Amino acid sequence: MKLSNIVENLSLEVKTGENNLQNDVTGAYISDLLSDVMANGKEGNVWITLQTHLNIVAVSGLKNLAGIIIVNNRPVQEDVLQKAESEKVTIMSTPLPAFEIAGKLYQLLNG
Amino acid sequence: MDETTEGSFQIIGGNFGNAGEASMQLKSKLTELGVNEAIIRRAAIATFEAEMNVIIYAAAGRLHYYINRDKITIKIDDMGPGIENIELAMQEGYSTAPDWVREMGWGAGMGLPNMKKNSDEFRIDSVVGEGTTIEIVINLS
Ligand SMILES: Nc1ncnc2c1ncn2[C@@H]1O[C@H](COP(=O)(O)OP(=O)(O)O)[C@@H](O)[C@H]1O
Ligand SMILES: [Mg+2]
Repeated sequence: MKLSNIVENLSLEVKTGENNLQNDVTGAYISDLLSDVMANGKEGNVWITLQTHLNIVAVSGLKNLAGIIIVNNRPVQEDVLQKAESEKVTIMSTPLPAFEIAGKLYQLLNG
Repeated sequence: MDETTEGSFQIIGGNFGNAGEASMQLKSKLTELGVNEAIIRRAAIATFEAEMNVIIYAAAGRLHYYINRDKITIKIDDMGPGIENIELAMQEGYSTAPDWVREMGWGAGMGLPNMKKNSDEFRIDSVVGEGTTIEIVINLS
């Protein structure tokens, strides 16, 4: 499924990386531990997390993730958004908590 | 790829903002050289974890990589506190990261195990009060 379908169906706010929405999504991974995502996230996964600091951009870029969904509408600092934009990393945001957005995404991908 | 491609980076302790720069550049270099994607993924994981440890635990360090026809060699040495018990530090889940680092989602105690898992050869040497040296080799064939 394309990232754009997910954005539309889950009403995600796209904060950076508008140009990558045609990328294919292979699944999702939920974790707030960065080493865990480095170890167990898969290429093309959407990463659901509450982390919003600069290092999430490097994790997503190094792992070729499809994008990051920030939960609970947690604010993302401008420097993080700028870095994400320049590294072509897609950051999206939802008001929902991780459990709820993950449930919806699971249904969308596997339903 | 007959010649050796190499690169080197300074890593400043505490500089979380630049974390991943060395790993990103190594990744682009490997992509440019047409290295197999699974190998690039392993190199990226191992290098990033090594880079993070210098940023989290040491005052400063240096990362140097060499790529030739057969293998990628990544050497990271730092001026840091050193590791007293390497066997313990290598255990998954062991971490001395302070709370504020854990709040960033680091400090899961998976860094050294991740490096080892993703390398074909892994060496770590450390002298308390001087620093730590890590060598990661990933075979290309
Ligand atoms: N370069 C280093 N200098 C000093 N101590 C280190 C270094 N790298 C790792 N350590 C020690 O080894 C522990 C385990 O490291 P690691 O497996 O990367 O997990 P984490 O960084 O999540 O704690 C660290 O908590 C720290 O005590
Ligand atoms: Mg670590």
